[in-house]
Amino acid sequence: MTLVGNGVRGDFMSDSADLALLSVVKEFGAHRAVDSVTFDVAPGEFFSILGPSGCGKTTLMRMIAGFEHPTSGDIRIRGKSMLAVPANKRPVNMVFQSLALFPMMSVGENVGYGLACAGVDKIEAGQRITRILDRVGLAGFEDRPVTKLSGGQRQRVAIARCLVLEPTLVLLDEPLGALDLKLREHMKLELKQLQAAFNTTFLYITHDQSEALVMSDRVAVMNKGRFEQVGSPRELYHNPLTSFVAGFVGDANVWNGSTFGAQATGLGIKLSTGAALVGAGSGSGAVSAYLRPEAIALAAVPGELSSLPNRFAGTVSTVLFDGAASTLVIKAEGFPHLRATLPQAGPLAGIMAGAPIGFGFAPEALKIFPA
Amino acid sequence: MTALPSSERSLFAEKLGLFLLLAPAVLWLGVLVILPHVEIAVLSFSERIAPRVYAFGFGNYLEFLGEPIYWRTFARTAFLSILVTLITLVISFPVALYIAKFASGKSKPLLFLMCLIPFWASELVRTLGWMMMLRETGVLSFLLQKAGLASGPVEMLYNDASVVLGLVYGGMLFMIVPLTNALESLETAQIEAGYDLGGSHLTVLRRIIIPHAMPGIVAGSIVVFMLTVGNFVTPVMLGGKNGLWFTEQIYSQFITRFNWPQGSAFGFMLLLLSTVIVWLGLRLTGQGFAETLRKA
Repeated sequence: MTLVGNGVRGDFMSDSADLALLSVVKEFGAHRAVDSVTFDVAPGEFFSILGPSGCGKTTLMRMIAGFEHPTSGDIRIRGKSMLAVPANKRPVNMVFQSLALFPMMSVGENVGYGLACAGVDKIEAGQRITRILDRVGLAGFEDRPVTKLSGGQRQRVAIARCLVLEPTLVLLDEPLGALDLKLREHMKLELKQLQAAFNTTFLYITHDQSEALVMSDRVAVMNKGRFEQVGSPRELYHNPLTSFVAGFVGDANVWNGSTFGAQATGLGIKLSTGAALVGAGSGSGAVSAYLRPEAIALAAVPGELSSLPNRFAGTVSTVLFDGAASTLVIKAEGFPHLRATLPQAGPLAGIMAGAPIGFGFAPEALKIFPA
Repeated sequence: MTALPSSERSLFAEKLGLFLLLAPAVLWLGVLVILPHVEIAVLSFSERIAPRVYAFGFGNYLEFLGEPIYWRTFARTAFLSILVTLITLVISFPVALYIAKFASGKSKPLLFLMCLIPFWASELVRTLGWMMMLRETGVLSFLLQKAGLASGPVEMLYNDASVVLGLVYGGMLFMIVPLTNALESLETAQIEAGYDLGGSHLTVLRRIIIPHAMPGIVAGSIVVFMLTVGNFVTPVMLGGKNGLWFTEQIYSQFITRFNWPQGSAFGFMLLLLSTVIVWLGLRLTGQGFAETLRKA
């Protein structure tokens, strides 16, 4: 491991952080792909950037890797500015979306490529290759051609190829995108375990919120070149700060309406379809309201929900059975469209379309943002 | 008339069908490739023992080995052809790499077209163009004098350099096309990964780009080598008396000296040279012939 002296006096946060971005801007012609992004990543942290495609997350990562140059701002790794450092000299390694394994080289040669570039002698390189392959569960794979590996194995080679160089930071650009669903679920856990075992800082980019939420210590939600919110997965899920985060992270019922004033339990809004609700948030005039399907309490009769200020009666219009993720589509007076999670362990598990149902939710569950 | 049993008849029909399908290929191979070569092979082994009397013998080949001008020209042709192939490769590689990996969508076909345009004119016209550039009273000589870099007219034609120049120019397109094809399939992320893991420009070129382009390199080199070794117009025009290309020897045996057996022997030597060098090239680079043909 290399230790960077703390003689470089940078910004306050840059010194303790493995990676710090300061007001980074990237413009392509008139288009601002990355708009004044500032954040820092602590050593050993699993940090994700979550955003829809075209939000600038890939450009951001390519700037950190050194393939693009920021229009303005600074990128620091352990307090040292990386702007003048070319990609092949940065203590950063990247796992590409396509993995970009070298097909004409064996597994061992792929992993050893970076060591050879760094001038590590052959004997030591051999030992390090053996050790890293052992740790990623590919012991004895040195001489296999990479073209003969399964998706998961290729993934591990791509990660081993980076980790063997003991980088300060590993960048991962949606590396699970090409895998099938089962393997993706499996690799999520494996990546998280690898990261914990190596205690290396990971910066992960994805448009898949489940990947970001499951693996990350902190997640930044990115939209149109800006960070909307940075926080732990729980914070983002339970306390979204913007309308975009509330809609993008997790599933939600999204309604439009307008405020009609503060109530004892929260902010009162009237949906454009007629229902009057009490929620949490700010704004006056036109607003958007977000309600998670699992935040909706269900009961056979509305009376059972007497503790909730928001309680209504409706009928089940459709049952979407999906095991633990089963949902009900409820038709109710004043609501346009309402989905509620149906717990499969409760008394309502066997409910059928057409049955009457009561539903309600706490005011803090309904997030209100200015439209 | 006795009818054939039906099974035999259908077998016959099947064979006929196969024969008819293969006929064009067989005819083309037989009449245009194998027959002339058999003819040449037979001719090359016939010695003239008296006017209009020929006998089997190795005399033509012995003549080739015994006369220094013949085998020296032969060796010189082989050496210069390899040199031309290498120079063409070195010049074409960056061009192909640029077209395949760096040129944007719009400029790509334009650049390809620019490589192709010179080939709309015949080789003769292209070579004449070079003569106008290089001769004593030509463009380059004039410019050098104007710029004060030369005191008198400079003759740049009729030497090995001008022959090599002309041959490289003629071969470039045939090198650029297979190279560009091979390089286009190289994923950009692989080049980036090469740098990201700490590789220098040289390492990335040597360990990632060149191995990927190898089938294109071999295919292009084979084509350029064969075109060069068998070229006639360029060495004669740009090299003049000093050109000494082996094809000239063949031409003079057939046309000037009217010694067909000797010319045939020379032709066979040239075929042998091409075959051996292509085989060596494939062996050295570890490429398969079929694989290379597929990429070319």
